[in-house]
Amino acid sequence: MSKEQILSSDGIPLEQSLKKAERKNKLKAVLLVAPLFLFLLIIYVFPIGDMLFRSVDDRMITKMLPKTFKAIENWDGQNLPDETVYNGLYEDLKFLKENKTYGKIIARLNYEKSGFSSLIKKTVRKLNKFEEGNYKEQFIKVHKRWGQPEYLVALKNAAPNWSYAKYLKGIDMRFDQDRNIVLVEEDRRIYKILWIRTLNVAFWVTLFCFILAYPISHLLATLPMKYSNLLMICVLLPFWTSLLVRTSSWMVLLQQQGPINDLIVWLGLAADENRPELMYNVIGTFVAMTQILLPFMVLPLYSVMKTISPSLMRAGKSLGGTPLISFLKIYFPLTIPGIGAGCLLVFILAIGYYITPALVGGASGSLISNSIAYHMKSSLDWAFASALGTMLLVGVLAIYWVYNKLVGIDNIKLG
Amino acid sequence: MALPNHTPLNYRIWHYIYLTFCGLVFFFLIAPLFVILPLSFNAEQYIHFSSKMLALDPEGFSLRWYEDMIYGTKNPWGLATKNSLIIAFFATIGSTILGTVAALGLSSRHMPYKAAVMALLISPMIVPLIISGTAIFFFMAKVGLAATHTGIILSHIILGTPFVVITVTATLTGFDHSVTRAAASLGSNPVNTFMKITLPLIMPGVISGALFAFVTSFDEVVVVLFLAGLENTTIPIQMWVGLREQLSPTIMAVATCLIVMSTLILVSAELLRRRSERLRGINR
Repeated sequence: MSKEQILSSDGIPLEQSLKKAERKNKLKAVLLVAPLFLFLLIIYVFPIGDMLFRSVDDRMITKMLPKTFKAIENWDGQNLPDETVYNGLYEDLKFLKENKTYGKIIARLNYEKSGFSSLIKKTVRKLNKFEEGNYKEQFIKVHKRWGQPEYLVALKNAAPNWSYAKYLKGIDMRFDQDRNIVLVEEDRRIYKILWIRTLNVAFWVTLFCFILAYPISHLLATLPMKYSNLLMICVLLPFWTSLLVRTSSWMVLLQQQGPINDLIVWLGLAADENRPELMYNVIGTFVAMTQILLPFMVLPLYSVMKTISPSLMRAGKSLGGTPLISFLKIYFPLTIPGIGAGCLLVFILAIGYYITPALVGGASGSLISNSIAYHMKSSLDWAFASALGTMLLVGVLAIYWVYNKLVGIDNIKLG
Repeated sequence: MALPNHTPLNYRIWHYIYLTFCGLVFFFLIAPLFVILPLSFNAEQYIHFSSKMLALDPEGFSLRWYEDMIYGTKNPWGLATKNSLIIAFFATIGSTILGTVAALGLSSRHMPYKAAVMALLISPMIVPLIISGTAIFFFMAKVGLAATHTGIILSHIILGTPFVVITVTATLTGFDHSVTRAAASLGSNPVNTFMKITLPLIMPGVISGALFAFVTSFDEVVVVLFLAGLENTTIPIQMWVGLREQLSPTIMAVATCLIVMSTLILVSAELLRRRSERLRGINR
């Protein structure tokens, strides 16, 4: 196909010149976004990747018992292993004892099989009395558990560098001795309850927020400006107020001697000496979270309803529809994008809520994020906290993806 | 919302039920904030409306908890306020600059992978704070910035930028790019054009983004809980610690101050929004 080329003013073919300008503009846009992008990559995305890494990283014990694990690699797991394993174990434990760092492996091995705690402690204590050679016999003499294959199997199971055991723990499962995945004992199944409670709370809070927000968003969108601006303050003031201030006001309201309980007693719904517990349980979490997240439902609903012309409803009525039918067939379908945006936003925020459940939730109202915080700050099982965090993150990102598909992330409205 | 005269009775009833319901929801939204105000002026030590207060007896009220907040010997509020302001100030500047520049690039129609990049830049707002806090804590501990102001400021910049990106891109959607081309054709260099033409026009968006970033940082507890040492305590941390122990009237006094502050921020944000709509010629 031959075509006469159009030239730009400086003699370069126009197509080429346009492409060059395009490239330049593209580069300019990329360079503008680059600083924030890189900043985010280094301080945010990379650390989250590191967190995923930590959740499966099991190298701490591998580094502490290198010789043992090297020797136990070839053991078939049936009869007792030979001298080399015990020899490796002796050298590793001796090294750990000299550096006083054996405490860490106790917790790790005890997790693999209970009983290791006393076993390691006793062995380390007697380590000085060991004589050169024939370690197997000496180990079994110190503690008969060293002669029981199941303890050595547990030791072998702890050897791999990577492990998804923390994820199993997060759904109340574990490896048994033969590396089968089984449910943990009945009375230790706490995480399933926590996950279900978290989803439950997020679901109901979203539903309550929707039921409360829909009418007031409609009112705000249909009232004349001068009234709606005034009422909008009722939505925006809580939105701008510190989360801790709002939570503390709920603590004041819900406490046993608080105004709501006073009202209940005054109405005769409960006796004065038998005031209901409104706080430190799941009721407190529900009520406080609904009020705190309500603005996040109102704002997207309002911005959608604002664009719906009132003449549509009038047209519906003039064509003989009752208000209810006009509403269901005309108004409601038009607000669905706002409903989707609001519900997804509130659900995402609710599922990871931490501060409010921690303060008003008590034990029965705490959510999965409280458990993450507990393992980060109190039990110091950072790998497990990372695993729980990763599981939560996957859930949130899945909803975020849906949100992005349905609503488009650039359609988020603030204030 | 007066109803026309010919409205049938059952519609009237439904209408009033609807209005009452709305009134109750507005009450539910705003009333909890106002419980705190009178309690902060309580003369007694309990978080409880005393009989004197209910009778509006002047003796039932006092400023002692405000005095305690400011002069109380064991109270950390002074240090906390100072830290909060320093951290929020630098975090706001950082997020505003980074966010505005990124928003300019994102609004260009030449930006490749726009949706994906936008989704990534907004993600700190969506990912639960507890996860951000955990991840950032590991990172800051690794690079030796845990328990430093710098570490907290850097993480707050991350948390604040999504708001700036959102507000500034929103302002830029109505932006008429021919004005910058006009400036360029008159011989202005890009930096000059940005400072003299673009920035003044998108200023309302930038400032409202900055307000969001400021409030986010000033209010943020979870990440600071992970990162802060004793030296880096902030107002939200002190409130958190106080609330976990017991409700004290001093906390009510602090909360009242914070409510006053958020009212001021709300008013300025609203004024900015209206100014921005006027400037962009959007009439509602």
